[in-house]
Amino acid sequence: MPSRLHEWIVTVDHKRLGILYIATSLFFFAVAGVLAALMRLQLAFPNATFVPPEVFNRLMTMHGTTMVFLVGMPFFAGLANYLTPLMIGSRDMAFPRLNAFGYWIFLFGGMLLYFSYVAGEGLAGHGTAPDVGWFAYAPLTERAFSRGASTDYWILSIILTGIGTTASAINVIATIVSMRCKGMTLARMPLFVWLMLVVSSMVLFALPPLTAGQVMLLLDRYLGAHFFDTQAGGSAVLWQHFFWVFGHPEVYILMLPGFACASEIIPVFSRKPMFGRPAMIGATIGIGMLSSGVWAHHMFSVGMTASSNIYFAVASMAVGIPTGIKIFNWLGTMYGGKIRFDTPMLFCIGFLFQFLIAGLTGIMLAVAPFDWQVTDSYFVVAHFHYVLLGGLLFTLFGGLYYWFPKATGKMLSETLGKWHFWLLVIGFHLTFDTLHFAGILGMPRRIYTYAPGRGWETLNLIASIGVIFQAAGVACLVWNIIRSLRKGKPAGSDPWDAWTLEWATASPPPEYNFAVLPEVRSSRPLWDLKHPEDPDWRYE
Amino acid sequence: MNCSLRIAGALFATAEFSFGQNVHSVANIFRPQATPADSVYNVSMLMLAICAAIFVVVGGLLTFTIVRFRRRKADDPREPAQVYGSNRIEIAWTVIPVLIVLVLGMATARAVVEVQDKRMPADALKVTVIGHQWWWEFRYPDLGIVTANELHVPLSTAAKPAVAALRLESADVAHSFWVPQLAGKTDVIPGITNNMWIDPRQAGVFLGNCAEYCGMQHANMLIRIIVEPPAEFERWAAEQKLDAAVDPHLAEARGMFLSLNCINCHTVSGTEAKGTFGPDLSHLMSRTTLGSGMIPNTQENLRAWIKDPQAIKRGNLMPNLQLNSRELDEVAKYLSSLK
Repeated sequence: MPSRLHEWIVTVDHKRLGILYIATSLFFFAVAGVLAALMRLQLAFPNATFVPPEVFNRLMTMHGTTMVFLVGMPFFAGLANYLTPLMIGSRDMAFPRLNAFGYWIFLFGGMLLYFSYVAGEGLAGHGTAPDVGWFAYAPLTERAFSRGASTDYWILSIILTGIGTTASAINVIATIVSMRCKGMTLARMPLFVWLMLVVSSMVLFALPPLTAGQVMLLLDRYLGAHFFDTQAGGSAVLWQHFFWVFGHPEVYILMLPGFACASEIIPVFSRKPMFGRPAMIGATIGIGMLSSGVWAHHMFSVGMTASSNIYFAVASMAVGIPTGIKIFNWLGTMYGGKIRFDTPMLFCIGFLFQFLIAGLTGIMLAVAPFDWQVTDSYFVVAHFHYVLLGGLLFTLFGGLYYWFPKATGKMLSETLGKWHFWLLVIGFHLTFDTLHFAGILGMPRRIYTYAPGRGWETLNLIASIGVIFQAAGVACLVWNIIRSLRKGKPAGSDPWDAWTLEWATASPPPEYNFAVLPEVRSSRPLWDLKHPEDPDWRYE
Repeated sequence: MNCSLRIAGALFATAEFSFGQNVHSVANIFRPQATPADSVYNVSMLMLAICAAIFVVVGGLLTFTIVRFRRRKADDPREPAQVYGSNRIEIAWTVIPVLIVLVLGMATARAVVEVQDKRMPADALKVTVIGHQWWWEFRYPDLGIVTANELHVPLSTAAKPAVAALRLESADVAHSFWVPQLAGKTDVIPGITNNMWIDPRQAGVFLGNCAEYCGMQHANMLIRIIVEPPAEFERWAAEQKLDAAVDPHLAEARGMFLSLNCINCHTVSGTEAKGTFGPDLSHLMSRTTLGSGMIPNTQENLRAWIKDPQAIKRGNLMPNLQLNSRELDEVAKYLSSLK
């Protein structure tokens, strides 16, 4: 046993590191889910006293920070690590040791964040976790308002996880550029790999402003600098710009890996190639570029000039165009197919509907005047949970069901998978559909309680009831994974009759991935193999 | 659960407590009662119509596709026709969204300019709104009035339009001023001055919240805007301009108040209490709530607040002054006289 543990700790195998990333991500997902459930418990009834205000503020800060930096980002890193080399016919990532370094520094950052629960000291004075919100607006984070060390734990853990993510991004780019197998031109690369390339490039552009902002904040807090210290002439709005120059691309950095999963799963379960592949690649690059010029739509209410507001409004709406193209192309892929409703596809179908709504509320939020009303309200909370839960998490679960057999050699149970899907759908809609309306009725986000009589009680109660269903759904997933690891049906190398290279090797793949490195002639090498009478390369 | 929180729970009333005022307790952004909220409402309606149409078309296509192209048992086992794409369709579903963005972008631009670049009339009522952790200070520079948490503004009618021009400043961290039925929110940020305006056309009390997380009691940084006919507003303003009431029967209570630490943070006009850290108390009894809209301003609540503000609004910046019961009675009695 100790030797197996040792193997995992010292591993530089991209597959093991990928599994470590995803397992860690799922662990933090469970933790953040518990934090969210506690918040929903407190908000289920008006004037509730289940969670005191300072505890609630820590819950919401830790939930947001955890979900973005310790769940979304490592899930991306895990998928990219596990699948990129397999999909491009390579034996490992370009820099295996950097890969291991990235994972362990990320894990250390995550542990540092949670260590604050026993070590830090926050706004309320006594030692515990960060409580300044996940975007930590200045000057609340200055020492005048945030004494003690909890905010420092927040800063340092984000810098550390950022180093890990940057390492992953560099590694993914280097791998894709230099490790493709023979015949794997950029044009033939699976869409998944294309999306990973774009996400990794975005990480390299988006993370430096965040790291710079965090370092400036540390300078403010400990070396008497005044970047964001308004009492000494610093600028509170400057922090918001630094944060959202990172924060908006970040939303797409989180979301594109979900798109990547959907772009592999939907064609396979519709039995058709991806409709409009070049348009999908173009739309992805378009999203990557546009999303770096729209950050101030998070700041429509800070008092920018009318012309800035109009620019950021129209630019933000424009992101909807490539995003729409993606939805249309997935639809075009399904149209005329023979759609199989296995669990991975169910999650992708749920994603398509929910992401359609998330996209439309996103367009609404780009309408600056409407945003003045609903920004920082529960409407925004509902919107981004539609994006990140209804969109991202659904596709990631789809991906989990799709690639779990490859990684473990065991099938997950379809019955439990369907329970997982439907319970999550019901719970998700109970919780987040209603919260849009709470925002429209003037309920601001991040309040630990509210008085009755403002029209919020029923909506909040329904939202909290939804959590029970969501938790039951996730419990099905956990049980499914445990059950399958113990006695799952053997998967075989290609359980879904799929077309990309990872299905050409055994499940789980051997350490060297491929005994003989493959050679490809089209974007669907396994289709070519299975249909010698009508191969894809004939149409290239 | 600790005892102080239970006390706080017992003191809570609903958002509707009103002292005879008409309270618009449900702040629906689709029930606007002032021009800036109208501008938002109008562009929102166009936006909702467009989004609903997109939802019906795309959602309908998705549903149709899933139902029509599901694999059936009777299907022959061969793969469906392998279609790789169509440039003509790609162009169609790129151009249509571009046109939608253009239309919605122009409507947005118009609404932004309508609200943001509005010229303030010369007779606009000027109010400086100052956000504090976790209460609001309202100063009327032209009228010489300072009050807290409850903003009085005159009713605007077609015959006599009345605009209140708000200048937003913060004494500490970032806050945001949001009364949904009157206008969208504007952030209240230290170091910069923001502006917004309202011209409410419906009398009564409009409720709002601080909308930017500002620390422990962000949830209880509530806003009440009291919209009254001009005559009533004038009467209120005239009363507020006077120095605090001096009741000769309460000389002892007054002396007690002025001898305690209260005066370091609070102002009572016409006395040596000139503190500026907490809300101005000169006309405390003209306000309907305590703790920034948290509890009704009743005798019992006032006494409970002075006794231990932390038990009611945990973490707020007024400490428990550990007054004995005689001091409590006298201070409460004095504050109750500040009409």
